[in-house]
Amino acid sequence: MKKIIVENLKYKYPLTESLALDNLSFEVEQGEFIGIIGANASGKSTLCQSIVGLVPHFYKGAYGGTVIVDGLKVMDHAVSDIALKVGIVFQNPFNQVTGSKLTVLEEIAFGLENIGVPQTEMLERIETVLELLNIAPYRERHPFDLSGGQMQRMAIASIIAMKPNIIVLDEPTSQLDPEGAEEVFQAIHRLSEQGITVIMVEHKMEKIAHYCNRVMLLQKGKMIDFDTPEKIFSRDDLETYGVTAPVYTRVCKALDLKIPGTDYYPVTLEQASRVLGGKIK
Amino acid sequence: MIKISNLSYAYTKNTPIFSEINLEFDRRSTAIIGQNGAGKTTLAKLLKGLLKPFDGEIMIGQYNVKTVSAAELSKVIGLVFQNPNDQIFKSKVLDEVMFGPLAIKMSESAAKKNALEALELVGLHEQLETNPHDLSLSEKKLLCVAAVVAMDPEIIVFDEPTIGQDYAGKEKIRNIIQVLKKRNKLVMTIIHDMDFVAENFERTIVINEGIVILDGDTRKVFAEREILKHAHVEDPSITQLGKVLGFQETFLTVEEFVQRWKQSQR
Repeated sequence: MKKIIVENLKYKYPLTESLALDNLSFEVEQGEFIGIIGANASGKSTLCQSIVGLVPHFYKGAYGGTVIVDGLKVMDHAVSDIALKVGIVFQNPFNQVTGSKLTVLEEIAFGLENIGVPQTEMLERIETVLELLNIAPYRERHPFDLSGGQMQRMAIASIIAMKPNIIVLDEPTSQLDPEGAEEVFQAIHRLSEQGITVIMVEHKMEKIAHYCNRVMLLQKGKMIDFDTPEKIFSRDDLETYGVTAPVYTRVCKALDLKIPGTDYYPVTLEQASRVLGGKIK
Repeated sequence: MIKISNLSYAYTKNTPIFSEINLEFDRRSTAIIGQNGAGKTTLAKLLKGLLKPFDGEIMIGQYNVKTVSAAELSKVIGLVFQNPNDQIFKSKVLDEVMFGPLAIKMSESAAKKNALEALELVGLHEQLETNPHDLSLSEKKLLCVAAVVAMDPEIIVFDEPTIGQDYAGKEKIRNIIQVLKKRNKLVMTIIHDMDFVAENFERTIVINEGIVILDGDTRKVFAEREILKHAHVEDPSITQLGKVLGFQETFLTVEEFVQRWKQSQR
Protein backbone atom coordinates (compact mmCIF):
# COMPACT_ATOMS: atom_id res chain seq x y z
CA MET A 1 0.00 0.00 0.00
CA LYS A 2 1.30 3.40 -0.93
CA LYS A 3 1.61 5.64 2.11
CA ILE A 4 3.07 8.73 0.50
CA ILE A 5 2.41 9.87 -3.05
CA VAL A 6 4.11 13.04 -4.26
CA GLU A 7 3.42 14.36 -7.74
CA ASN A 8 5.16 17.34 -9.33
CA LEU A 9 5.62 19.05 -5.99
CA LYS A 10 6.95 22.57 -6.32
CA TYR A 11 7.33 24.97 -3.45
CA LYS A 12 8.76 28.43 -2.85
CA TYR A 13 9.02 30.11 0.58
CA PRO A 14 7.51 33.60 0.83
CA LEU A 15 9.88 36.42 -0.16
CA THR A 16 12.35 34.08 -1.86
CA GLU A 17 13.31 33.84 -5.50
CA SER A 18 14.14 30.19 -6.07
CA LEU A 19 12.18 26.98 -5.60
CA ALA A 20 12.94 25.13 -2.37
CA LEU A 21 11.35 22.02 -3.85
CA ASP A 22 11.53 21.69 -7.60
CA ASN A 23 9.17 19.25 -9.28
CA LEU A 24 9.48 16.25 -7.00
CA SER A 25 7.60 13.04 -7.79
CA PHE A 26 7.93 9.81 -5.83
CA GLU A 27 5.99 7.16 -3.95
CA VAL A 28 6.70 5.40 -0.67
CA GLU A 29 5.24 2.01 0.30
CA GLN A 30 3.97 1.19 3.77
CA GLY A 31 6.76 0.09 6.12
CA GLU A 32 9.59 1.46 4.00
CA PHE A 33 12.49 3.18 5.76
CA ILE A 34 13.57 6.06 3.51
CA GLY A 35 16.74 8.08 4.03
CA ILE A 36 17.00 11.60 2.62
CA ILE A 37 20.49 12.94 1.96
CA GLY A 38 21.95 16.03 0.33
CA ALA A 39 23.94 19.16 1.12
CA ASN A 40 22.56 21.73 3.52
CA ALA A 41 19.87 23.83 1.84
CA SER A 42 19.12 21.06 -0.67
CA GLY A 43 15.49 20.91 0.48
CA LYS A 44 15.64 17.99 2.94
CA SER A 45 13.93 19.75 5.84
CA THR A 46 11.45 21.48 3.52
CA LEU A 47 10.46 18.11 2.09
CA CYS A 48 9.87 16.85 5.64
CA GLN A 49 7.68 19.86 6.36
CA SER A 50 5.69 19.29 3.16
CA ILE A 51 4.83 15.73 4.23
CA VAL A 52 3.34 16.89 7.55
CA GLY A 53 1.62 19.89 5.95
CA LEU A 54 3.61 22.67 7.65
CA VAL A 55 4.47 23.43 4.04
CA PRO A 56 2.33 25.15 2.85
CA HIS A 57 -0.16 25.65 5.71
CA PHE A 58 2.22 27.17 8.26
CA TYR A 59 4.97 28.62 6.08
CA LYS A 60 2.61 29.83 3.27
CA GLY A 61 4.45 30.62 0.03
CA ALA A 62 3.81 29.31 -3.50
CA TYR A 63 2.80 25.67 -3.83
CA GLY A 64 2.12 23.40 -6.79
CA GLY A 65 1.53 19.70 -7.35
CA THR A 66 0.06 17.22 -4.90
CA VAL A 67 1.17 15.42 -1.77
CA ILE A 68 -1.05 12.60 -0.54
CA VAL A 69 -0.18 11.22 2.89
CA ASP A 70 -2.00 8.12 4.08
CA GLY A 71 -4.93 8.98 1.83
CA LEU A 72 -5.12 12.65 2.82
CA LYS A 73 -4.36 15.35 0.28
CA VAL A 74 -2.13 17.68 2.28
CA MET A 75 -3.34 20.84 0.50
CA ASP A 76 -6.96 20.18 1.47
CA HIS A 77 -6.45 19.20 5.11
CA ALA A 78 -5.44 21.10 8.21
CA VAL A 79 -2.12 20.33 9.89
CA SER A 80 -4.07 19.08 12.93
CA ASP A 81 -5.80 16.39 10.78
CA ILE A 82 -2.56 15.36 9.12
CA ALA A 83 -0.87 15.20 12.54
CA LEU A 84 -3.07 12.23 13.45
CA LYS A 85 -1.47 10.26 10.61
CA VAL A 86 2.08 11.51 10.55
CA GLY A 87 4.42 12.74 13.25
CA ILE A 88 7.54 14.86 12.82
CA VAL A 89 10.66 15.12 14.95
CA PHE A 90 12.36 18.47 14.33
CA GLN A 91 16.02 18.96 13.59
CA ASN A 92 16.64 20.99 16.73
CA PRO A 93 15.05 19.39 19.82
CA PHE A 94 15.15 22.76 21.58
CA ASN A 95 12.52 23.95 19.08
CA GLN A 96 10.23 21.05 19.81
CA VAL A 97 9.94 21.34 23.58
CA THR A 98 6.64 23.01 24.51
CA GLY A 99 8.17 25.11 27.30
CA SER A 100 4.89 24.81 29.18
CA LYS A 101 5.55 21.52 30.96
CA LEU A 102 7.62 20.95 34.07
CA THR A 103 8.58 17.29 33.67
CA VAL A 104 9.60 14.93 30.90
CA LEU A 105 6.54 12.80 31.60
CA GLU A 106 4.17 15.75 31.18
CA GLU A 107 6.04 16.88 28.09
CA ILE A 108 5.44 13.52 26.42
CA ALA A 109 1.81 13.61 27.57
CA PHE A 110 1.24 16.97 25.84
CA GLY A 111 0.53 15.59 22.36
CA LEU A 112 -1.56 12.75 23.76
CA GLU A 113 -3.69 15.19 25.79
CA ASN A 114 -4.31 17.20 22.64
CA ILE A 115 -5.70 14.23 20.76
CA GLY A 116 -7.74 13.11 23.77
CA VAL A 117 -6.11 9.80 24.68
CA PRO A 118 -7.65 8.37 27.91
CA GLN A 119 -5.38 8.76 30.94
CA THR A 120 -4.72 5.08 31.61
CA GLU A 121 -3.72 4.48 28.00
CA MET A 122 -1.70 7.69 28.04
CA LEU A 123 0.36 6.49 30.99
CA GLU A 124 0.91 3.09 29.36
CA ARG A 125 2.09 4.67 26.12
CA ILE A 126 4.38 7.08 27.98
CA GLU A 127 6.01 4.24 29.94
CA THR A 128 6.57 2.30 26.71
CA VAL A 129 8.30 5.18 24.94
CA LEU A 130 10.33 6.16 28.02
CA GLU A 131 11.73 2.62 28.00
CA LEU A 132 12.10 2.48 24.21
CA LEU A 133 14.18 5.66 24.13
CA ASN A 134 16.00 4.87 27.34
CA ILE A 135 14.96 8.01 29.23
CA ALA A 136 12.86 6.44 32.00
CA PRO A 137 15.25 7.64 34.76
CA TYR A 138 14.60 11.26 33.74
CA ARG A 139 10.80 11.16 33.80
CA GLU A 140 10.58 13.72 36.63
CA ARG A 141 13.34 15.97 35.28
CA HIS A 142 12.53 19.44 33.89
CA PRO A 143 12.70 19.26 30.07
CA PHE A 144 15.23 22.09 29.89
CA ASP A 145 17.48 20.45 32.47
CA LEU A 146 18.20 17.58 30.08
CA SER A 147 21.38 17.27 28.06
CA GLY A 148 21.14 17.76 24.29
CA GLY A 149 21.00 14.01 23.74
CA GLN A 150 18.40 13.37 26.41
CA MET A 151 16.24 16.19 25.04
CA GLN A 152 16.46 14.73 21.56
CA ARG A 153 15.33 11.33 22.82
CA MET A 154 12.44 12.98 24.66
CA ALA A 155 11.39 14.72 21.42
CA ILE A 156 11.41 11.39 19.57
CA ALA A 157 9.54 9.67 22.42
CA SER A 158 6.81 12.32 22.40
CA ILE A 159 6.16 11.67 18.71
CA ILE A 160 6.30 7.86 18.87
CA ALA A 161 3.80 7.97 21.77
CA MET A 162 1.25 9.47 19.34
CA LYS A 163 1.42 6.22 17.31
CA PRO A 164 1.50 7.84 13.89
CA ASN A 165 1.34 5.63 10.77
CA ILE A 166 4.15 7.63 9.27
CA ILE A 167 7.04 9.19 11.14
CA VAL A 168 9.27 11.91 9.72
CA LEU A 169 12.59 12.55 11.46
CA ASP A 170 14.87 15.46 10.61
CA GLU A 171 18.38 14.58 11.82
CA PRO A 172 17.03 12.88 14.93
CA THR A 173 20.37 11.67 16.28
CA SER A 174 22.54 14.74 15.72
CA GLN A 175 23.05 15.39 19.45
CA LEU A 176 23.36 11.75 20.47
CA ASP A 177 26.46 9.78 21.32
CA PRO A 178 27.17 6.84 18.99
CA GLU A 179 25.53 4.32 21.30
CA GLY A 180 22.47 6.53 21.76
CA ALA A 181 22.25 7.07 18.00
CA GLU A 182 22.42 3.33 17.40
CA GLU A 183 19.64 2.78 19.97
CA VAL A 184 17.43 5.32 18.22
CA PHE A 185 18.08 3.74 14.82
CA GLN A 186 17.22 0.33 16.21
CA ALA A 187 14.04 1.65 17.82
CA ILE A 188 12.98 3.30 14.55
CA HIS A 189 13.92 0.16 12.63
CA ARG A 190 11.64 -1.90 14.88
CA LEU A 191 8.81 0.56 14.21
CA SER A 192 9.34 0.23 10.49
CA GLU A 193 9.27 -3.57 10.79
CA GLN A 194 5.90 -3.19 12.50
CA GLY A 195 4.64 -1.46 9.35
CA ILE A 196 5.25 2.17 10.24
CA THR A 197 6.60 4.17 7.33
CA VAL A 198 9.74 6.14 8.14
CA ILE A 199 11.24 9.16 6.39
CA MET A 200 14.55 10.26 7.86
CA VAL A 201 16.97 13.04 7.06
CA GLU A 202 20.44 12.13 8.29
CA HIS A 203 24.07 13.02 7.69
CA LYS A 204 25.44 9.79 9.18
CA MET A 205 25.87 7.87 5.96
CA GLU A 206 27.01 4.64 7.65
CA LYS A 207 23.68 4.50 9.48
CA ILE A 208 21.62 5.41 6.40
CA ALA A 209 23.38 2.64 4.47
CA HIS A 210 22.73 0.12 7.19
CA TYR A 211 19.08 0.81 7.97
CA CYS A 212 17.35 2.35 4.95
CA ASN A 213 15.55 0.45 2.21
CA ARG A 214 15.93 3.34 -0.20
CA VAL A 215 17.84 6.61 -0.22
CA MET A 216 16.78 9.89 -1.83
CA LEU A 217 19.52 12.26 -2.97
CA LEU A 218 18.48 15.92 -3.25
CA GLN A 219 20.23 18.96 -4.64
CA LYS A 220 18.76 22.46 -4.70
CA GLY A 221 15.25 21.11 -4.33
CA LYS A 222 15.58 18.60 -7.17
CA MET A 223 15.61 14.85 -6.84
CA ILE A 224 18.88 13.57 -8.26
CA ASP A 225 18.31 9.91 -7.48
CA PHE A 226 16.09 7.63 -5.39
CA ASP A 227 17.28 4.06 -5.11
CA THR A 228 18.93 1.41 -2.92
CA PRO A 229 21.81 2.52 -0.65
CA GLU A 230 24.23 0.39 -2.71
CA LYS A 231 23.28 2.12 -5.93
CA ILE A 232 23.21 5.64 -4.48
CA PHE A 233 26.53 5.37 -2.64
CA SER A 234 28.25 3.76 -5.63
CA ARG A 235 27.73 6.96 -7.66
CA ASP A 236 31.05 8.57 -8.42
CA ASP A 237 29.65 12.12 -8.38
CA LEU A 238 28.41 12.14 -4.77
CA GLU A 239 30.75 14.88 -3.58
CA THR A 240 29.42 17.30 -6.18
CA TYR A 241 26.10 16.96 -4.35
CA GLY A 242 27.72 17.77 -1.01
CA VAL A 243 27.60 14.27 0.44
CA THR A 244 30.14 11.56 0.92
CA ALA A 245 29.74 7.78 0.84
CA PRO A 246 30.06 5.65 4.00
CA VAL A 247 33.64 4.94 5.09
CA TYR A 248 33.24 1.30 3.99
CA THR A 249 32.21 2.34 0.48
CA ARG A 250 35.10 4.80 0.23
CA VAL A 251 37.57 2.05 1.11
CA CYS A 252 36.12 -0.37 -1.44
CA LYS A 253 35.99 2.32 -4.13
CA ALA A 254 39.67 3.10 -3.54
CA LEU A 255 40.45 -0.62 -3.92
CA ASP A 256 37.92 -1.08 -6.75
CA LEU A 257 36.17 -3.99 -5.03
CA LYS A 258 32.47 -4.39 -5.84
CA ILE A 259 29.86 -6.67 -4.30
CA PRO A 260 30.25 -9.91 -6.29
CA GLY A 261 27.77 -10.20 -9.14
CA THR A 262 26.78 -6.52 -9.00
CA ASP A 263 27.98 -3.16 -10.24
CA TYR A 264 27.85 -1.70 -6.76
CA TYR A 265 30.29 -1.18 -3.91
CA PRO A 266 29.68 -2.39 -0.35
CA VAL A 267 27.97 0.17 1.91
CA THR A 268 28.02 -1.52 5.33
CA LEU A 269 30.70 -2.96 7.61
CA GLU A 270 29.35 -6.47 6.97
CA GLN A 271 29.37 -6.11 3.19
CA ALA A 272 32.83 -4.55 3.18
CA SER A 273 34.37 -7.18 5.44
CA ARG A 274 32.86 -9.92 3.26
CA VAL A 275 34.39 -8.40 0.13
CA LEU A 276 37.75 -7.70 1.81
CA GLY A 277 37.79 -10.76 4.04
CA GLY A 278 39.71 -13.88 3.20
CA LYS A 279 42.02 -11.83 1.05
CA ILE A 280 44.39 -10.89 3.84
CA LYS A 281 47.65 -12.73 3.72
CA MET B 1 48.30 25.83 29.18
CA ILE B 2 45.55 24.46 31.37
CA LYS B 3 46.03 22.63 34.62
CA ILE B 4 43.10 21.02 36.42
CA SER B 5 43.82 19.74 39.92
CA ASN B 6 41.47 17.67 42.06
CA LEU B 7 38.41 19.18 40.39
CA SER B 8 35.02 18.29 41.83
CA TYR B 9 31.67 19.56 40.71
CA ALA B 10 27.97 18.74 41.17
CA TYR B 11 24.73 20.37 40.04
CA THR B 12 22.78 18.83 42.90
CA LYS B 13 24.11 17.67 46.25
CA ASN B 14 25.14 14.02 46.52
CA THR B 15 25.23 13.44 42.75
CA PRO B 16 28.71 14.58 41.76
CA ILE B 17 29.43 15.09 38.06
CA PHE B 18 33.18 15.06 38.69
CA SER B 19 35.22 14.05 41.64
CA GLU B 20 38.90 14.78 41.83
CA ILE B 21 39.73 15.16 38.16
CA ASN B 22 43.33 15.91 37.25
CA LEU B 23 44.21 16.94 33.70
CA GLU B 24 46.76 19.05 31.90
CA PHE B 25 46.45 20.47 28.41
CA ASP B 26 49.28 21.42 26.09
CA ARG B 27 48.89 22.69 22.52
CA ARG B 28 47.97 19.34 21.00
CA SER B 29 44.51 19.46 19.44
CA THR B 30 42.32 17.50 21.83
CA ALA B 31 39.00 15.71 21.54
CA ILE B 32 36.95 14.97 24.64
CA ILE B 33 34.60 12.06 24.10
CA GLY B 34 32.16 10.06 26.19
CA GLN B 35 28.48 9.26 26.53
CA ASN B 36 25.71 11.84 26.67
CA GLY B 37 25.58 13.01 30.27
CA ALA B 38 29.20 12.00 30.98
CA GLY B 39 30.01 15.58 31.97
CA LYS B 40 31.70 16.85 28.81
CA THR B 41 29.76 20.10 28.43
CA THR B 42 30.02 20.69 32.19
CA LEU B 43 33.79 20.43 31.90
CA ALA B 44 33.79 22.98 29.07
CA LYS B 45 31.67 25.38 31.12
CA LEU B 46 34.02 24.97 34.10
CA LEU B 47 37.04 25.75 31.92
CA LYS B 48 35.29 28.81 30.58
CA GLY B 49 34.45 29.98 34.09
CA LEU B 50 30.69 29.80 33.52
CA LEU B 51 30.51 27.32 36.38
CA LYS B 52 32.77 27.46 39.40
CA PRO B 53 34.42 24.35 40.83
CA PHE B 54 33.20 23.09 44.22
CA ASP B 55 36.62 21.82 45.04
CA GLY B 56 40.00 21.80 43.44
CA GLU B 57 41.52 24.28 41.02
CA ILE B 58 41.57 25.13 37.35
CA MET B 59 44.49 27.25 36.17
CA ILE B 60 44.33 28.68 32.66
CA GLY B 61 47.74 30.13 31.99
CA GLN B 62 48.17 32.49 34.91
CA TYR B 63 44.47 32.76 35.69
CA ASN B 64 42.77 30.87 38.47
CA VAL B 65 39.26 30.25 37.12
CA LYS B 66 37.76 30.42 40.60
CA THR B 67 38.90 33.96 41.32
CA VAL B 68 38.97 35.65 37.93
CA SER B 69 35.75 36.84 36.24
CA ALA B 70 34.32 35.07 33.18
CA ALA B 71 34.75 38.34 31.29
CA GLU B 72 38.47 38.44 32.06
CA LEU B 73 38.84 34.78 31.13
CA SER B 74 37.24 35.28 27.73
CA LYS B 75 40.44 36.95 26.52
CA VAL B 76 42.22 33.61 26.81
CA ILE B 77 39.54 30.99 26.31
CA GLY B 78 36.57 30.93 23.94
CA LEU B 79 33.71 28.46 23.89
CA VAL B 80 31.52 27.73 20.87
CA PHE B 81 28.22 26.53 22.29
CA GLN B 82 26.49 23.32 21.26
CA ASN B 83 23.25 25.15 20.50
CA PRO B 84 23.96 28.31 18.46
CA ASN B 85 20.67 29.86 19.57
CA ASP B 86 22.17 30.13 23.08
CA GLN B 87 24.89 32.35 21.71
CA ILE B 88 23.35 34.54 19.01
CA PHE B 89 21.57 37.77 19.90
CA LYS B 90 22.49 40.54 17.45
CA SER B 91 20.51 41.48 14.36
CA LYS B 92 23.37 41.48 11.87
CA VAL B 93 26.05 38.89 11.18
CA LEU B 94 28.88 41.44 11.36
CA ASP B 95 27.62 42.93 14.66
CA GLU B 96 27.34 39.46 16.15
CA VAL B 97 30.98 38.71 15.39
CA MET B 98 32.22 42.16 16.46
CA PHE B 99 30.42 41.99 19.79
CA GLY B 100 32.99 39.74 21.49
CA PRO B 101 36.09 41.64 20.43
CA LEU B 102 34.50 44.97 21.48
CA ALA B 103 33.44 43.48 24.81
CA ILE B 104 37.03 42.62 25.63
CA LYS B 105 37.97 46.22 24.80
CA MET B 106 39.50 45.70 21.39
CA SER B 107 39.48 48.91 19.33
CA GLU B 108 36.66 49.32 16.80
CA SER B 109 39.03 48.94 13.86
CA ALA B 110 40.80 45.88 15.28
CA ALA B 111 37.44 44.31 16.15
CA LYS B 112 36.19 44.85 12.61
CA LYS B 113 39.38 43.50 11.07
CA ASN B 114 39.25 40.37 13.24
CA ALA B 115 35.54 39.91 12.57
CA LEU B 116 35.94 40.14 8.80
CA GLU B 117 38.86 37.70 8.86
CA ALA B 118 36.94 35.25 11.00
CA LEU B 119 33.86 35.49 8.77
CA GLU B 120 36.00 34.84 5.72
CA LEU B 121 37.46 31.77 7.45
CA VAL B 122 34.00 30.29 8.02
CA GLY B 123 32.66 31.40 4.63
CA LEU B 124 30.06 33.91 5.81
CA HIS B 125 31.88 37.02 4.58
CA GLU B 126 29.26 37.72 1.92
CA GLN B 127 26.42 37.85 4.44
CA LEU B 128 27.59 40.63 6.75
CA GLU B 129 24.20 42.36 6.81
CA THR B 130 22.10 39.20 7.15
CA ASN B 131 20.09 38.66 10.32
CA PRO B 132 21.70 35.68 12.09
CA HIS B 133 18.27 34.21 12.76
CA ASP B 134 17.69 33.92 9.02
CA LEU B 135 20.70 31.63 8.70
CA SER B 136 20.35 27.84 8.64
CA LEU B 137 21.36 25.85 11.71
CA SER B 138 24.70 24.90 10.17
CA GLU B 139 25.44 28.50 9.18
CA LYS B 140 24.52 29.67 12.67
CA LYS B 141 27.06 27.24 14.08
CA LEU B 142 29.72 28.63 11.74
CA LEU B 143 28.73 32.16 12.78
CA CYS B 144 29.29 31.21 16.42
CA VAL B 145 32.70 29.81 15.50
CA ALA B 146 33.57 33.12 13.83
CA ALA B 147 32.37 35.10 16.86
CA VAL B 148 34.80 33.22 19.08
CA VAL B 149 37.71 33.17 16.61
CA ALA B 150 37.41 36.97 16.22
CA MET B 151 38.23 37.40 19.91
CA ASP B 152 41.54 35.68 19.19
CA PRO B 153 41.76 33.66 22.42
CA GLU B 154 44.65 31.25 23.00
CA ILE B 155 42.27 28.39 23.67
CA ILE B 156 39.14 27.58 21.68
CA VAL B 157 36.67 24.93 22.81
CA PHE B 158 34.12 23.63 20.30
CA ASP B 159 31.07 21.92 21.75
CA GLU B 160 29.84 19.49 19.06
CA PRO B 161 31.01 21.47 16.00
CA THR B 162 29.95 18.91 13.38
CA ILE B 163 26.28 18.64 14.39
CA GLY B 164 24.04 19.49 11.46
CA GLN B 165 26.99 19.94 9.11
CA ASP B 166 26.99 18.31 5.70
CA TYR B 167 30.12 17.15 3.91
CA ALA B 168 31.08 20.69 2.87
CA GLY B 169 30.42 22.05 6.36
CA LYS B 170 32.59 19.38 7.95
CA GLU B 171 35.37 20.17 5.49
CA LYS B 172 35.07 23.83 6.53
CA ILE B 173 35.38 22.92 10.20
CA ARG B 174 38.33 20.67 9.43
CA ASN B 175 40.00 23.62 7.70
CA ILE B 176 39.19 26.03 10.57
CA ILE B 177 40.82 23.63 13.03
CA GLN B 178 43.93 23.40 10.83
CA VAL B 179 44.17 27.20 10.54
CA LEU B 180 43.84 27.63 14.31
CA LYS B 181 46.48 24.97 14.89
CA LYS B 182 48.83 26.85 12.57
CA ARG B 183 48.19 29.97 14.64
CA ASN B 184 49.44 27.91 17.58
CA LYS B 185 46.10 27.85 19.39
CA LEU B 186 44.96 25.05 21.65
CA VAL B 187 41.91 23.61 19.91
CA MET B 188 39.66 21.42 22.01
CA THR B 189 36.39 19.80 21.12
CA ILE B 190 33.60 17.87 22.70
CA ILE B 191 32.30 15.53 20.05
CA HIS B 192 30.44 12.33 19.24
CA ASP B 193 31.64 11.99 15.66
CA MET B 194 34.42 9.44 16.09
CA ASP B 195 35.38 9.41 12.40
CA PHE B 196 36.00 13.15 12.65
CA VAL B 197 38.06 12.70 15.84
CA ALA B 198 40.20 10.02 14.23
CA GLU B 199 41.03 12.20 11.25
CA ASN B 200 41.55 15.53 13.00
CA PHE B 201 42.68 15.37 16.62
CA GLU B 202 46.09 14.47 18.04
CA ARG B 203 44.97 13.72 21.57
CA THR B 204 41.77 12.07 22.80
CA ILE B 205 40.36 12.03 26.33
CA VAL B 206 37.57 9.63 27.25
CA ILE B 207 35.30 10.62 30.13
CA ASN B 208 32.94 8.13 31.71
CA GLU B 209 30.75 8.91 34.71
CA GLY B 210 32.88 11.89 35.66
CA ILE B 211 36.18 10.03 35.50
CA VAL B 212 38.92 10.22 32.88
CA ILE B 213 39.30 6.61 31.81
CA LEU B 214 41.58 7.05 28.80
CA ASP B 215 43.89 9.87 27.75
CA GLY B 216 46.60 9.92 25.13
CA ASP B 217 47.42 9.91 21.44
CA THR B 218 44.24 9.33 19.47
CA ARG B 219 45.58 6.17 17.88
CA LYS B 220 46.47 4.65 21.24
CA VAL B 221 43.09 5.55 22.70
CA PHE B 222 41.14 3.94 19.86
CA ALA B 223 43.25 0.80 20.22
CA GLU B 224 41.72 0.23 23.68
CA ARG B 225 38.58 -1.41 22.43
CA GLU B 226 37.48 -3.05 25.66
CA ILE B 227 37.80 0.09 27.77
CA LEU B 228 35.97 2.10 25.10
CA LYS B 229 33.18 -0.42 25.05
CA HIS B 230 32.87 -0.13 28.80
CA ALA B 231 32.53 3.64 28.41
CA HIS B 232 29.89 3.09 25.71
CA VAL B 233 32.13 4.71 23.11
CA GLU B 234 32.20 3.31 19.60
CA ASP B 235 35.49 3.28 17.73
CA PRO B 236 35.71 5.03 14.33
CA SER B 237 34.26 3.16 11.32
CA ILE B 238 37.66 2.63 9.72
CA THR B 239 39.09 1.33 13.00
CA GLN B 240 36.22 -1.15 13.20
CA LEU B 241 36.84 -2.36 9.67
CA GLY B 242 40.53 -2.98 10.44
CA LYS B 243 39.66 -4.92 13.59
CA VAL B 244 37.00 -7.05 11.87
CA LEU B 245 39.52 -8.00 9.20
CA GLY B 246 42.08 -8.98 11.80
CA PHE B 247 44.68 -6.25 11.34
CA GLN B 248 46.82 -5.57 14.40
CA GLU B 249 47.16 -1.83 13.69
CA THR B 250 44.63 0.81 14.66
CA PHE B 251 43.59 2.69 11.54
CA LEU B 252 42.45 6.31 11.74
CA THR B 253 41.91 7.22 8.08
CA VAL B 254 40.65 5.58 4.89
CA GLU B 255 43.98 6.34 3.19
CA GLU B 256 45.99 4.52 5.88
CA PHE B 257 43.77 1.49 5.59
CA VAL B 258 43.85 1.37 1.80
CA GLN B 259 47.64 1.58 1.77
CA ARG B 260 48.02 -1.16 4.37
CA TRP B 261 45.51 -3.42 2.64
CA LYS B 262 47.35 -3.07 -0.65
CA GLN B 263 50.58 -4.06 1.12
CA SER B 264 48.89 -7.12 2.56
CA GLN B 265 47.98 -8.23 -0.95
CA ARG B 266 51.51 -8.21 -2.30
